[in-house]
Parts: sequence; C-alpha cells; structure tokens
Amino acid sequence: MKNGNEIQITPELVKEHGLTVEEYERIKRAMGREPNYTELGIYSVMWSEHCSYKSSRLHLKKLPTKAPWVIQGPGENAGVIDIGDGQAAIFKMESHNHPSYIEPYQGAATGVGGILRDVFTMGARPVANMNALRFGEPNHPKTRHLVGGVVAGIGGYGNCVGVPTVGGETNFDPSYNGNILVNAMTVGLADAEKIFYCAAAGVGNPVVYVGSKTGRDGIHGATMASAEFTDDSEEKRPTVQVGDPFTEKLLIEACLELMATDAIIAIQDMGAAGLTSSSVEMASKGGVGFELNLDNVPQREANMLPYEMMLSESQERMLMVLKPGREDMAKAIFEKWELDFAVIGHITDTGKLTLKFKGETVGDIPLDSLTDDAPEYDRPWVPTPKREAVSVKAVDDLNKAAMDLIGGPNLCSRRWIWEQYDHMVMGDTIQRPGGDAAVVRVHGTMKGLAISTDVTPRYCFADPVEGGKQAVAETWRNITAVGALPLAITNCLNFGNPERKDIMGQFVGCLEGMGEACRALDYPIVSGNVSLYNETNGKGILPTPAIGGVGVMQDIDRMATIAFEGAGQTVVLIGETKDELGASLYQREIVGEDAGLPPVVDLAVERRNGDFVRALIENGQVTTCHDLSDGGLIAALADMAMAGGVGVDVTVDDTLPLHAHLFSESQARYLVATDADTAEQIRKEAKDAGIPVTVLGETGGDSINVNGGAVKLDLKALKSAHEGWLPNYMANAS
Amino acid sequence: MKSAVIVFPGSNCDRDMAVALEKITGTKPLMVWHQEYDFDKVDFIALPGGFSYGDYLRCGAMSARSHVMKEVIKRAEDGVPTFGVCNGFQILTETGLLPGALMRNANLHFVCKDVTLTVENADSMFTNAYDKGQEITIPVAHHDGNYFADDETLNRLEGEGQVAFKYASDINGAQRRIAGVMNARGNVLGMMPHPERMIEPALGGSDGRKMFESVMNRLG
Repeated sequence: MKNGNEIQITPELVKEHGLTVEEYERIKRAMGREPNYTELGIYSVMWSEHCSYKSSRLHLKKLPTKAPWVIQGPGENAGVIDIGDGQAAIFKMESHNHPSYIEPYQGAATGVGGILRDVFTMGARPVANMNALRFGEPNHPKTRHLVGGVVAGIGGYGNCVGVPTVGGETNFDPSYNGNILVNAMTVGLADAEKIFYCAAAGVGNPVVYVGSKTGRDGIHGATMASAEFTDDSEEKRPTVQVGDPFTEKLLIEACLELMATDAIIAIQDMGAAGLTSSSVEMASKGGVGFELNLDNVPQREANMLPYEMMLSESQERMLMVLKPGREDMAKAIFEKWELDFAVIGHITDTGKLTLKFKGETVGDIPLDSLTDDAPEYDRPWVPTPKREAVSVKAVDDLNKAAMDLIGGPNLCSRRWIWEQYDHMVMGDTIQRPGGDAAVVRVHGTMKGLAISTDVTPRYCFADPVEGGKQAVAETWRNITAVGALPLAITNCLNFGNPERKDIMGQFVGCLEGMGEACRALDYPIVSGNVSLYNETNGKGILPTPAIGGVGVMQDIDRMATIAFEGAGQTVVLIGETKDELGASLYQREIVGEDAGLPPVVDLAVERRNGDFVRALIENGQVTTCHDLSDGGLIAALADMAMAGGVGVDVTVDDTLPLHAHLFSESQARYLVATDADTAEQIRKEAKDAGIPVTVLGETGGDSINVNGGAVKLDLKALKSAHEGWLPNYMANAS
Repeated sequence: MKSAVIVFPGSNCDRDMAVALEKITGTKPLMVWHQEYDFDKVDFIALPGGFSYGDYLRCGAMSARSHVMKEVIKRAEDGVPTFGVCNGFQILTETGLLPGALMRNANLHFVCKDVTLTVENADSMFTNAYDKGQEITIPVAHHDGNYFADDETLNRLEGEGQVAFKYASDINGAQRRIAGVMNARGNVLGMMPHPERMIEPALGGSDGRKMFESVMNRLG
C-alpha cells in the first residue's frame, strides 16, 4: 500500500468510523468533495463524541465559568485560577473509563498520564493527583480484578513520575458492573504570568514534535470511547494505549526547562486523537493553517501510514510551535532528557491542515470544517420523573446496621488503595488521604491547596437536579472542613447513552443542579470532560458527574483534620438533621430499598454554615472537623473516633427517630470538636447567627456511645471491620 | 557541610532530598546531573529515591553502571560519606558498594506509609544522634524493598554492626526485617525508608532529621 488513500470509501467504512450517513454528507459538503481515507479518519475522530462534545456542548454552555480569580475557564487544556502571590493553580479531571474496563492497568495508568500532560502543557508543575473510581458490585466476578488493576495502574504511573496521589473516592454499585469509571485529576502550580496556551501563531514558524515515538497503539481510542460496549468489547484491547511513566517524567522536566525560556509560542499535548486533535486545536485556535510532513514524525514501527500516524494515541507526546531560530536550543534540552525532537511542519496562512507524505499531499482539510462545522446535537430529553417521598423504617438492630455500613464496601477504609500510591513524594503533603480533603502545601510557602473529589450517584439517579447540586456542594463542604476557601471546580461528567431521552434528561438535570450550586457558592467550573455512552448491552450507569474541587488556605498551621484529639473534647454538630433517609446509604444497604427523595440541598444554608465553620478553623477555635455525608452522623463520629483512637459519648434528642438521627444524610452539616469553653462560645456564636447548633457530647472511652448505650460500637471491633473489609476482599482471589 | 545530590533520569525525590539537606545543614546541595561526573569535591553524597531509568531491567541496575556512579564509587571508596534512599539504596546494592539485593515486596504491592524503625547501631556515621534501640517513625514508599542476602552475609552484617535500621514489624518481607545497611567501613548507608520526608511536624514528624544531624556531628 502506498499511503492508504487507495482504500475506497464505502458506506460500511463510514459506519465503522462511527459516523452517521448525515454526518458523512456533512463532511462532503464541508470539503466540497469526497474525503480520502486519511481525511475520513481525521473527521471521524474530530467529530467523535469524545472530541467534539456534540451531544453535550449545548448544555455545557450554560454552566458558570467566571469569577474574578479565574484566569482561564473551559476550552483550554486545563482550568487556571489565581491563588494570590503571583501564583496560579491549574487543574482538570478526565475520564479513562472505557480503556480501564478493557485493560485496567494500562487504562488507568494512561488516564493519569493524560491528565498530567493536560496540566503541565500549560506551564504548571503537577503537584497532586486525585481520582474518582466506580466499580461494580463487589461480588461481580470482574470487580476484584478491575479494582486491583486500576489501583496498580494509577500507582504505577503516579509513583514513577513522582507526583503524589493524595486522595480520591471509590464506590461500588451494580450499575458499573459492565462499565467502570476511572476519573483522574491533576493539580499543578505555575507562575500566574507564565501560563502557556495552545493557539498557534506566526506563519512560517516551526511545528515541533517532542516526546515518545509514534506507534500503532490507541488508534481510534476516541471513537471507542464514544460508543456503547457490547460483549465483544474485549476485542478492543489493542485500542488501549500503553503508558511509559518514565518518559512522562522526562517530558515534564524537559518541557518545564524549555518553558523557563521564551522559546515557546504555543504548546499542546497529544491526547485523545493524538496528532490530529493537537494540530487541529493549535491551528484552529490560532486561526492559521498547519502543513505537516509526516515523513518527519518519529516512528516506532515500520511502514506506518498517514492514517495511522494521525490517529495513533501513543502516549507521552507533545506538539509545540516555537519562535523561529530557537529550534537548536530547544533540541538540546530534549536531547539532554533523551527524548525525540523533530520539526514536523510549519504554520501556513491557508487555514487548512495539509499533510505531506513521501512527496505527495495525502490530506488537505479546511480546519474550520473540523471544528466549527462539527455537528452539535440538541438531543431530545425527558426530565427524570419526580419520586414520591417515602418513610424509611428503622431496623431492629441499629448497632449491627451501623457496624455493617461502616465495615462494609461503601464506607470502609480505602487505606488498601492509597497505601499503594506514593502520597508523600514532593515533600508537601500536609494532609494525607483519609480525611475530608487532601492538603498540599504550596512549595516554599505556608499556603495550602485543598483538593476533594465527590459525587453521590444515588442522589443523581433519584433526582438529577438535587444530585448535581449535592456533588458540587459536597466538594465545597469537604474543602471547607479542612479550613480552606473553595475557589473553583473541574468536572468529569459520566453518563450513559445520550441518544436515550431519559439519559439525556439525567445529563440536563445534573448540569442544571451543578450550575445552580456553582453560582450560589461562587465556585465556578474552569475545566472538565464529558464521558457518554457508559453503557453495556443497553444498560446505563448511574449518572455520575464527578466533581473535583480546589481551595486555598492561607496558613497550613490553621488546618483541621477529622481526628479527635484525645479525651475530653466537646463535640458540636453544626447544621440541622432532618428525617432525610430517602436514597441514603442506610436505605439502600440496610433496608434494601432505593426510593424516595434524596436530601435537599439548600445552597444558602450550605454557604452560611460552611462560612461559619471555616471561620472557626481560620481563627484557631477548631482543629477537629468533619463534614457529614454518606452514612450520616454515626459514620462521621466513627471516622473521627477511629482517626483519633478515642471513643465518644453523645446524646441526641427525640425530635427525630433514633435511626434518622444516626443515618440521615441531611446536607450542610459538620461536626467539630474542641475544648468545653470554646465549644460553648461556638454554640453562642452559631445561635446568634441563626445557625442550628447542638452540643452532642464528649470524647473519651473506647466506644462510640449514643444515648447512654442505645447504640454502642466498640472502637476496636469497629476499626477492625472498617480497616479489614477491603484488604480481606482483595485477598480472596476468586 | 557541602553535599551533592546525584540526579538520574527518573529520579523523583531529588528535590525532597535537596530541601532536607538545605534545611538541616544550612547549605544548598550541589545538584549533579548524571552526565556531569567530574563534580566538585563534597563532604557528603546523596543518591535520592525515584525510578531512575524507569526501573527498567532491574531497579537501580542501569544507574549503577552510569559514568557518574563510577565517580561516586571512587569517592565512597576514598571515604566520602555516601547515602542512598530507596532507589538510591537499590543503586548502591547494584554497584556492590553494599551487600545484598532488594527484591519485589513480598505481597507484590507498592507500599507507602509511615513505619516504625528500630535503630540497631547508634554509633555510626549516620545514626550517632539516635539512641540504640530507639524507635523512630519514617515513611516508606517502594515496590522493591524486600532486602535479601544469604545467611552468612546477614550474620556478618548483624555481627559487625552494619545493620543501621530494622522495621519494627514486617513491611515488605525483608530478611531479618532489615531496613538499612552500611558497608564494612561505615561510610556508605543504604535504606528503603525516606528520612528526608520526616523533617518537620507539618509532614507528620521530624524523626528523619537526626540521620542528617549524625553526619554533621561526625564531619564537624
């Protein structure tokens, strides 16, 4: 084969490329002719759901993305916020769901690699990795294998590049049996005056390829991520990329070294759709054309066709536009780091992406047509029907219920996972995994970045609007609970097939709730990613809009952790507990039902209570704080007691049934613990501010004791169950 | 005290080591890129943790054969105190400066957590600021920290006081729970735990400082 363009374009071939008949007609109109094979491949990836956001764009536009501290909102590789003192935090979260299900180690590893590149592309040194993982039910035959592979993959990549993985979340639910979610987030730090963007400029300027060589791996990864799974999806294993974190580490150092000079005009990583999407984005954002000579692309395999080079998703590659005359200096840096460096083209004024191969033009595409002419769908949708409120019953043995929840898959310690991640490298991890939010010191200062990832898919399923609000509010609350001011979020919107009206309804509903929460909390969205078609054989996942929040604290010595600090602390509940057991963990796991309304998120109350608690931490009144979420009051008390190694004795009143006090998942609540005098002062201040406040009791003893023994959990037994569940589960090889 | 931190492609605790050395000794260390093997004379050489050369082939194997290590070996043999943490320890065993080998952790998982160590020899170049038998908390972060040597070697190491630290409980399957060993002369120490990560309360403790202070004591 000469260059691949001998291949005839047939309706079957168009279909295999994931393009509809109408979309193919649209391509012909845009080009004014039939595309050749190389061009068809390029259109297919650029117009895939993954790259074009064709089903989601319309709705994403409605999200709030601005605030005075936002330097760069969505549309670039990652979002950028001003954190003061001339510094910026750069962050994004991204999914790698489909590849991780097919090949968990490499899928998860390359997910981490990809998100790291999105962040250092913009000039940031990555300082923290986080993740949000969803697996199927524990007794599903694949779950154990997937958990083991994904965790090893995340660790294998992050540990080697030397960026600490400081936290995340992990859930199990049958809806993920055939479609796990692996969402990875990276946070980086940069000089606010030295942010790098992808818009190319300067006709004649060199287009430079750096990093690893291009192989045949990952061809059509973006297209795979834009389709539902079926039983033969295992055959797609070859479309999963293979990561090399060692090369990534070299690439980070080489890029940051070059970024310290003024040689770079524009830079973009080669992520999904590789050389195609990076060159198209750089050229179209800059309003210029690109001419690439594919003979100069560093190649790992012999006889690669233009189609393969343009669609390969080989990892650890970047594309740059340099100022003319800086090539030699830049090359020396990449050679020092033993990485490939090749000038593969130049900027033109044609507005086209022109591809040369062995002296011939093998592709010539108007860039506007790839981006502006990409389809945008207003998919039909129906609102999720409102559920009826239900009364959730008390079970006989509340002790056992609490023990089962706290020592079960949903609330058990994730230590087995995060001990496989180097969470301390870089020497700035001030709050390690296991708390409400991770805290990473801004190197060389007393400031800290607080980071949290959250969503409660049960709520999103029950009521997408409330669920969307809650996901945003929970990250805000977690960041607040360590004493930081939440500033902005990234998101990873994981949903089923958008061509189904009910799924699209979930998507629209969640976004509405998220937008409302972002506006109410002054907490804009600065970056994100959409992952649709998370379905296997027509069964969709729970709607899972994972949120990654970032906040800043001015003084890491004024920080709270969840651990009780010995006996004699007074425990105070801030916020109101209502009988909100609908869609709760207690209802699902203990009662065995999933019905009713999820807890109401009152954003004004959320903000008022959170601002109050943050002030307590900032002014030094409180160093022990925990928000209440899944599992309610009893789960939060247990976390604090286990972390502090001391029991607690509390009393709740009879305005609610005991099981509601214990397990209600009412929002906007925090537990704080401090000395008796300060606690009294806090009670008064809260009362004056109109904030519901309850002094619950005191720390001490070796059990969690509620209402004089009505519920009594032995701390040692609880801890053994809580710490034991995951390692025991993983040790039981099936 | 003037120190050098050797940086290989894939080292990733080099900055952490440099920060610790500067904080504790008051002097910024020399960062030595692996190709700059004729570096200035220093009082102390540190081989940091990380994944030099991606841990490909065997952890530390490729670094051990690098030009810069030829120079490090020469200086260590001349008596310059030389210290390897984690990947640095793996490199030292691969060069033969230290006996034994570091195999994959017994449970096959990477492990990152605080561990309790006991100070086995408190008279050495690297441990004199500790008390013998003292329990200290230092984090580990490794996939290949399972120390192995034959019984004869292990007996000799224990008999000659070459074992600097042991894990208080089994962490990775290491023979006799060995966490750190020295050469016979006592000027080369390799250890899997990371003392440079435990140098201030904000990071969880300061037990790592005394390792650096011990060297300062000895060098005056």
